[in-house]
Amino acid sequence: MSIGQAFLGLLEARPRHGYDLKRAYDERFGADRPLAYGQVYATLSRLLKHGFVSVDNEESAEGPDRKRYAITDAGVADVERWLNQPEKPEPYLQSTLYMKVVLALSTGRPATDVLDTQRAEHLRMMRELTRRKGAGDLSDQLICDHALFHLEADLRWLELTAARLDELAGLVRS
Amino acid sequence: MSGLLVAEDLHKSFGPTAALDGASMSVAAGEIVAIMGPSGSGKSTMLHCLAGIIRPDAGKVSYRDQELSAMSDSRRSALRRGEFGFVFQFGQLVPELTCLENVALPLRLDGVRRKDAVRRAAEWLDRLEIDDVAGKRPGEVSGGQGQRVAVARALVTGARVVFADEPTGALDSLNGERVMRLFTAAARESGAAVVLVTHEPRVAAYSDREIVVRDGKALDLERAR
Repeated sequence: MSIGQAFLGLLEARPRHGYDLKRAYDERFGADRPLAYGQVYATLSRLLKHGFVSVDNEESAEGPDRKRYAITDAGVADVERWLNQPEKPEPYLQSTLYMKVVLALSTGRPATDVLDTQRAEHLRMMRELTRRKGAGDLSDQLICDHALFHLEADLRWLELTAARLDELAGLVRS
Repeated sequence: MSGLLVAEDLHKSFGPTAALDGASMSVAAGEIVAIMGPSGSGKSTMLHCLAGIIRPDAGKVSYRDQELSAMSDSRRSALRRGEFGFVFQFGQLVPELTCLENVALPLRLDGVRRKDAVRRAAEWLDRLEIDDVAGKRPGEVSGGQGQRVAVARALVTGARVVFADEPTGALDSLNGERVMRLFTAAARESGAAVVLVTHEPRVAAYSDREIVVRDGKALDLERAR
């Protein structure tokens, strides 16, 4: 995850204290994994070092949370650059599942069981996300849908592979 | 095996092809069960046997401990009309009737007075968030709206089991999701069980449990573990 750029994006709207920034991040992008404070302040000090943020007021009270951070022009340019740069598509070429199927076949174990076990697990997760989506707002729906489409792609692969096990068995055992 | 609807050791062949070859499954009251499986695996045959639309060559299907094949034709038709509801992929609405009249139709066939039937049908259209299509004919509404009309018609009689065969098969993702969300919420609210045939995992994810039909058998992969 690009925590640094996310912080910059949040700061572009308005300056924030570290705690406020963490809360905004967790709410919007954190899903089930809130940021650790250590991570928040390490990220902020890196952004400070690169000149992407500045401290726009420092109150007399002690503690890192008294600092309010604001984005700099260089920071805005960095967000701009990041937004316009495509993410590298994940090619998924190294699949543990594929490895399991091949090894099950080559050792004479029932590969169908490997696929079925995974199928049940995937569908369980999809059900949970579907429930969460139903109870959530548009952000929850979009985040859950992203995960659901990926899980569905896996399931389709499981189905396709199940249909081609005999063919694969011949190849693996030869 | 126990449950509201129970299929035991079903066999059904079409010519030399065995669609079902010793398939058993059950559906509990209020449960949403997805039937999945590769094309031609016999999942629709399973649904048709469960609903009493086709008779298996061997094995039995029981609804509330009563065997469907032992019932008279008229009793089975009455059951299908009163306790079972159906949603198919498309083409199930009467094109000459308005959407409201389509939903009221099963009630009218059951002898409910016109005024009451129309009132109850209107409530169901409202529940499925399509009260605005009441006066339109099926040809004048979108695919997603049409499917929601079909869901309303399936549930309006107080059906205890709704059989749905690829209910979102002809819809895009967004409309498919909407139909499934409203359909399953309405079924849960009224306590109806749903038997859902689909090849889409995202649709199956609205269920409580999945049955995979493979080589003519019905497998419960999650319970099997």
